[in-house]
Amino acid sequence: MTSALLYDRLQFAFTATFHYLFPQLTMGLALLLLYLRSRALAAGDEAAHEAARFWTKIFALSFAFGVVTGIPLEFQFGTNWAKFSDFAGGVIGQTLAMEGTFAFFMESSFLGMLLFGDQRFSRKIQWFASLMLFLGSWLSGFFILATNAWMQHPVAYRVSPDGRLFVDSLWALLTNPWLFWQYAHNMTAAVVTGSFVMAALGSFYLLSGRHTAQAKTYLRTGIVAGALSTALMIFPTGHGNARQVFEHQPVKGAAFEGLFKTEHGAGLYLVGQPNLETMTVDNPIEIPRALSFLVYDELYAQVKGLDAFPPEDWPDNLPLLYYSYHVMAGLGTILSAVMGLALLWLWRGRLFTTQWLLWLLMLSAPFPYIATTAGWMTAELGRQPWLVYGLLRTSEGTSPLVHSGNALFTLLGFLGLYLFLGILFLFMIAETIRHGPEENGHQHDAEPAREQAWAGRNA
Amino acid sequence: METIWYAIVTLMLAIFVALDGFDFGVGIVYPFVTRSETDRRMALMSIGPVWNGNEVWLIAGGGLLFFAFPKVYAAGFSGFYLALILVLWLLIFRGLALELRSHLDHPIWTRWWDGAFSGASFLLAVVFGAALGNLIRGVPLNHDGYFFVALWTDFQPGPEPGILDWFTVLMGLTSASILALHGANYLAMKTEGDLYRRVDLAGRFAGWSAAGLTILALLAVPVVQPSLRLNFAGHPLEYLLPLTGSLMLGATLYFRSRQRDMAAFLASSLFILTMLASVACGMYPHLLMSSTNPALSLTAFNAATDSYGLAAGLAWFVVGFFLLLAYQICAHRAFRGKVRLDAN
Repeated sequence: MTSALLYDRLQFAFTATFHYLFPQLTMGLALLLLYLRSRALAAGDEAAHEAARFWTKIFALSFAFGVVTGIPLEFQFGTNWAKFSDFAGGVIGQTLAMEGTFAFFMESSFLGMLLFGDQRFSRKIQWFASLMLFLGSWLSGFFILATNAWMQHPVAYRVSPDGRLFVDSLWALLTNPWLFWQYAHNMTAAVVTGSFVMAALGSFYLLSGRHTAQAKTYLRTGIVAGALSTALMIFPTGHGNARQVFEHQPVKGAAFEGLFKTEHGAGLYLVGQPNLETMTVDNPIEIPRALSFLVYDELYAQVKGLDAFPPEDWPDNLPLLYYSYHVMAGLGTILSAVMGLALLWLWRGRLFTTQWLLWLLMLSAPFPYIATTAGWMTAELGRQPWLVYGLLRTSEGTSPLVHSGNALFTLLGFLGLYLFLGILFLFMIAETIRHGPEENGHQHDAEPAREQAWAGRNA
Repeated sequence: METIWYAIVTLMLAIFVALDGFDFGVGIVYPFVTRSETDRRMALMSIGPVWNGNEVWLIAGGGLLFFAFPKVYAAGFSGFYLALILVLWLLIFRGLALELRSHLDHPIWTRWWDGAFSGASFLLAVVFGAALGNLIRGVPLNHDGYFFVALWTDFQPGPEPGILDWFTVLMGLTSASILALHGANYLAMKTEGDLYRRVDLAGRFAGWSAAGLTILALLAVPVVQPSLRLNFAGHPLEYLLPLTGSLMLGATLYFRSRQRDMAAFLASSLFILTMLASVACGMYPHLLMSSTNPALSLTAFNAATDSYGLAAGLAWFVVGFFLLLAYQICAHRAFRGKVRLDAN
C-alpha cells in the first residue's frame, strides 16, 4: 500500500467514524422525540412535553456536531478520492445530490423552528416540526445508505466506453435489494443508541436524586424502545444482513467469521484469534454447525472459506475485520440482554429502586456507540479490497495529484481538530446535563425563564 | 440538458452566496458594530435561526455539482486540496461558534467564540472570492483532466499560478467588502437604536470600499481572462447582466444612505446574483478553464454525467426545489422583523 493511499483511507475512516457518533444519536432521538411530542399532544402529558424540550437541546448539540463533521465527508469524495468520484459520480452523484436537496433543507429549517420557536409556535406546530425533523433525518440516512449499498452491491449502472459508470435506472438504484436490510439494521441501531443514551441519563438523574420525575419518563421511554430495537437488531435485521453478505460477498463473510477453509457443517466461533501464519483460529470456542445452519438453514450445508477465493480478493486486514465483527455481534447480544432485563424489572415495578440495574444502564451508554462503530468497520473493511464491489479497487480510487505529505498533513489536522471537538462536545453535554430539564413544564412561561430561553438559544 | 444543469448548479451556488453571504457579512462587521453583550446577542440572534439553512445551499450546490459534473468535482476538489480542507476547518469553527457561544455565560468563552465567528467569516469570504478568481483565471489542467495548485507561488496569474495571486487576492478582498455591505444591510433590517446607527455607518463604509474594489476587479478581469469578454461580445444581450449589477450596486449605496434598509438589502442581493450570473454567462460553457491549453478545459459538455442521469435528476430536482423553497420561505418568514431580546 502506498503511503498516500494509507493516509487517504485513514483520513476518510477517521472522519467518517467520528462523524457517525453524532447522527446515530440524532436519528435515534428523532424517533423518540416524535413519540414524546405525540404523547404530549395526544394525552396532554406534561412530563413528556418537558422531556421533549430537554432532549431537543441534546439533539441540537449532537446535530450541530453532526453537521460540521459531515461536510468534510462530502468534500473528501472530491479532494482525496477524485478518481472514484469521476468513475462512480454518474451513479452516486444522484443519491448524494438528492440527500442535499430533499433532506438537509428539511432538517435545518425545522430544527431552527423547534429551537427558536419554543414561545412563538403552538404545540401542534412543534409536533409537526418534530415530524419533519424525523422524516428529514431518516431520509438523509436513506440516501447515504443507498450510496453505501451501491458501493457494496452495485446495481442499475452501465459502463460507458471510457470505463466510467452511469446510472441506468434511478428506481432500481433506490430499491437496491442490499439497501433494505442494511437500512433496517442501521436505523434500528440508531434507535438502540438513542434509547440507551436516554435510559442512561434517566438512571444518572435517579441515582443522583435529581429530576426524578423526568428521569422516570426517560427510563420508561428508553427501555421500551431499547428492548424493542435491540431485539430487532439481532432478528430479523442482523440475520438478514449476514445472509446477504454470504450470498453476495461470500469472501467478506468467510473473513469476518474466521472461516479459513471451506467446510460442510461449519461452526460459529464465539471467541478466538485468527492466526494468519497457520490459517486457523487459535483458542476457539465454537458452536458446531451453527454457521451452516444460520446461513443456509441446514446443519451440514457447505460454507465457502477463504481458501475458495484468490488471496488478492481477500479483505486486506483480516484480524481487524474479524474482531470488529465479533465485537459488534457480541455487544449486540449483551445490549439486548441488558434491555430485556431492564424491561422485566420495569414491568414488575422494581426498576426505579434497583440500584445495580440503574448503574448497569448508566454505564452501558458508550457501548451502543462501540457496537455501531464496529458494525460499520465490518461493512467497510469487509468491502476491501474493493471501493465499488467487484468494479473498482480502493487503490485505484484516490486523487492522482494529491501527494502523501498533503494527505498526512490534513489527516493530522483532522485528528487534532476532532480531539478538540470531542472534548468540547462532552463538556457541552455535561453542562446541559448539569443544568437539567425544568422541573415544571409550565415554568418556562414565566418572564425570567423566557429571557433565558431566548438568550440561551441564539445558537 | 447540460446547459440547464450548468444554470441550476450556478443558480444554487449564487443563492448560497446571496443568503449565507449576509451571515458571513454579519460576522465581518460584528466586531466593529457591537459594543455590549446585548448588541452581540442581538446580532447573533438575527442570523441564529437561518444561518444553517443558508449554508445548506452550499452543501446541496456541491452535491448537485458532483451529480451533474463529476469530472469537475473530481478535478476541482483534488486540485484545490489544501484550500478546500482549510475551508472545511473554517466552516467547522464558524458553525461551532454560532452553536456554542450562548451555552456558557463566561467572558473568556464568549469572546473566544466571537473571535472565531468573525475571523472565520472574514477568511471564508476572502477564500470564496479567491475561489471565484481561480475559476475565472483558470488552472493548469493536465491531459487526464487533473491539476494541483499550491497555495501561492509568485503571486502572478500566469500558466503555473498559485491559489493566491494578485488577482485572486483582489477578488477575495472584493468579496469580503461586498459581503460586509450585504451583512450590514441585513443587520440594519434587524436592529434598532445605537446598534442600528453603528451598523448603518459600517454599511456605508463597506459600501464605498465594495464599490472601489469592484471597479478594480472589473478592470482586472479582462486582463487576466480575455475570453470572458469574447463570450459577451458574441451575445450582446448578456451585457444586461453586469449592467444591472452595476445599477444595483449604485442602488444599494443610495438606499443605504437614505436608510431604506429593506430596499438596500434587496439591491445588494440582486447585485450579488447578477454579478455571479455575469461570470457564469461569461464563462459558459466552461466550468474549469485551463491556463495552459484551452483544449483541456472542462466544460458543461465534456464533464457532464450522461443524458439519462441528467434527465432523471431534473425530474426529482424540480420537485425537490419547490419543497426546499417552501421550507426556506417558512423558516425565514417565521423569524421576520426586528430581533427583540425580552431582556430588561
